Amino acid sequence: MMRSVGTLTRADLAEAINRKMGLSRSESLALVETILSRMSEAMEQGENVKISGFGTFLLRDKAQRIGRNPKTGVEVPITPRRVMTFRASQILKDRIAKG
Amino acid sequence: MIRSELLETLARDNPELRAEEVEQVLDIFFDEIAQRLAEGGRVELRGFGAFSTRERDARKGRNPRTGESVAVPAKRVPYFKPGKEMRERLNAE
Repeated sequence: MMRSVGTLTRADLAEAINRKMGLSRSESLALVETILSRMSEAMEQGENVKISGFGTFLLRDKAQRIGRNPKTGVEVPITPRRVMTFRASQILKDRIAKG
Repeated sequence: MIRSELLETLARDNPELRAEEVEQVLDIFFDEIAQRLAEGGRVELRGFGAFSTRERDARKGRNPRTGESVAVPAKRVPYFKPGKEMRERLNAE
């Protein structure tokens, strides 16, 4: 059985940057925020984001389809939309599979 | 956008940092996420999305070239769920 470890958040990422590089806590947190917003902006503009060694955030356009309200059974159209998926690199897959 | 482009953007955003420092920040960022997933943990970045891992049972696969049957062992695979804000931003008009 896998031991249970907690959830990593922005604060933990900032803490790692602070600890390993000696940048201030506030600067470390600002850097984490900037990384996330720059990646988000690129995707908002329709770009995939490819981080070698880690993985690729891929955008996919979904066509309209008919869904159903599970409670009432009434059919409703699900509008076309863009979704974001993540494809882990082989390196990341191997690292996770080994545990 | 590829890693080197993200790196350039961050360098421009942070002129007080040397190029090697920006590189190191990015390495730490992705390595911490990978490490937590390798430990079986979860990574939650509000608004962006959450990374977790899922168990895949062992199964019988086939070598696509030879058609030979091979045993694929059980393993843990990465999983990502985009955050609410991200889903909305991708569909904003």
